[in-house]
Amino acid sequence: MTLALETRGLCKSFGALEVARSIDFRLAPGARHALIGPNGAGKTTFVNLLTGLERPSGGQVLLGGEDVTRLAQARRVKRGIARTFQINQLFRGLSVLDNVCIAVAERLGVGGGLLKPAGRRADVIEDASRLIELLHLEADAGRRIAELPYGRQRLVEIAIALGLEPRVLLLDEPAAGIPSAESHILLDAIATLPREIAVLIIEHDMDLVFRFAQRITVLVAGAVFAEGTPAEIAKNADVRAVYLGTAAHG
Amino acid sequence: MKAAHEFARRHRLQWWEALPWLAGIAVFFVFPNYLAFSTQVVVTILFALSLDLVLGYAGIVTLGHAAFFGAGAYTVGILAQQFNWNEPLSGLAAAALVAGAIGLASGFVLLRTHGLTLLMLTLCTMALLEQAANMGAAWTGGFDGMPGLSFQKILGLFSFDVLYFRSQYLYSLALLLLAFALVRTLVYSSFGQSLTGIRENVRRMHAVGAPVRARLIVVYTVSAALAGLAGGLFAQTTGYVNLAVLGLERAAGVLIILILGGYGRLYGAIIGAIAYMVLEHLLAKAYPTTWQLGIGVTLVAVALYVPNGILGLAEHFWRKRSGKRPA
Repeated sequence: MTLALETRGLCKSFGALEVARSIDFRLAPGARHALIGPNGAGKTTFVNLLTGLERPSGGQVLLGGEDVTRLAQARRVKRGIARTFQINQLFRGLSVLDNVCIAVAERLGVGGGLLKPAGRRADVIEDASRLIELLHLEADAGRRIAELPYGRQRLVEIAIALGLEPRVLLLDEPAAGIPSAESHILLDAIATLPREIAVLIIEHDMDLVFRFAQRITVLVAGAVFAEGTPAEIAKNADVRAVYLGTAAHG
Repeated sequence: MKAAHEFARRHRLQWWEALPWLAGIAVFFVFPNYLAFSTQVVVTILFALSLDLVLGYAGIVTLGHAAFFGAGAYTVGILAQQFNWNEPLSGLAAAALVAGAIGLASGFVLLRTHGLTLLMLTLCTMALLEQAANMGAAWTGGFDGMPGLSFQKILGLFSFDVLYFRSQYLYSLALLLLAFALVRTLVYSSFGQSLTGIRENVRRMHAVGAPVRARLIVVYTVSAALAGLAGGLFAQTTGYVNLAVLGLERAAGVLIILILGGYGRLYGAIIGAIAYMVLEHLLAKAYPTTWQLGIGVTLVAVALYVPNGILGLAEHFWRKRSGKRPA
């Protein structure tokens, strides 16, 4: 079976500081995988390497079996990888609908259309509206991002990523800043994703991780420390010692 | 969804968008003695509009946009003087093509950079062209420029009259209308929306798979061609070209005009150019030796208290009045 995403010996150094140390990682189609680790473990750097935001010092990134290590970020997106950012990266002066429409237009290959008004792209607007409804953002669709509470902005991040209809979806701390009363919206949205999409979530909220993930990888100091099912990770004494703490999910 | 409905109607023409053009026609009848000045206002609006496309929409900060204005002006001048090519419309087409080609070539290199580096490189490109024009005196007239350019009748019907600017004014206004329609189409298209995305958050645009650099090069080239058109129009309507068309004063002036009117707002170029040039005209008339002080004080006040320009201020009050949260 061709893996949705794979890394082989992925390394990244900033001078003498090694932030990714020969990471071998596999994500099967339809996987629900979580990446956890203490602060500074290199989780976000790993996502940056996967998406092409950072260039690796060594190793390979394969997307659907194809080596994309040398490809720029935008071209990787076209090949089916999308992400959300740990710190919101939105078009703050634009409305929620504009934000999602921009992503959908790029996916449909009409983002560079010079003559037809964006308002006449019914397919783009309909798809963006559907995603906005999926994430319960209808009431805010016309509001500028800068006017929204941070938690609502997180949901727009996710709507944008979903608008790209990726084969591999990377969610970097998606629940950070979302009020606990609204975190179910996030999980519901993920639950509605087609099963063939592989999802990798980086999250500190262990309840969310253990509810969501079928497999968990633990990253410590830029290297894979452990990998297994949630039950295996919860039982792993070394993981508990370095990250979870003895009281967690015990 | 209400927002989707509004989004789908955003590009539609509003009744008030006819007002600037009606005012433009009214000027022809009401101020017949000011048509030379009004023609230069129209040329400046076109130039400011070209800058708005790159600065206001795509967020490309440039101090060298006069490079394209000058390229267009010199193209028209050289064609007329050296090749006796005096047909106005084809001359303007050549001006837009040459300026667009320079925009494409320079954009290909310059748009790899951003921020202060980009600002300096745009300035350097303009300085290089200015020096080239200075050194190529056999073609450009060097420091003396090319005075006394003459052109054939527009469409074989309307002559350029140096005393009465009636033809020049209407010709310039018609070209501005065409250029404005093009820019308006672009900014309301998906391409225009993606440019705004690049201006707002380039990192996110990369992350949605947009070919950011290619889009910037396209808009830079279109903008350069429009600036070249403005330059060509300047040469035709005034009948001369000199090094000032490639100078920093012109480049900085158009930037100030856009800031004054409100950048990224389409009509900011119109409002800014009119406000700046009328203010300049009135102050120069009232205080022939110290008028620049008045301009300086006005600009300091605008930068401090109206950072989004005249249109930004108007929008602020409109939002306040209609109960929406001010931007």
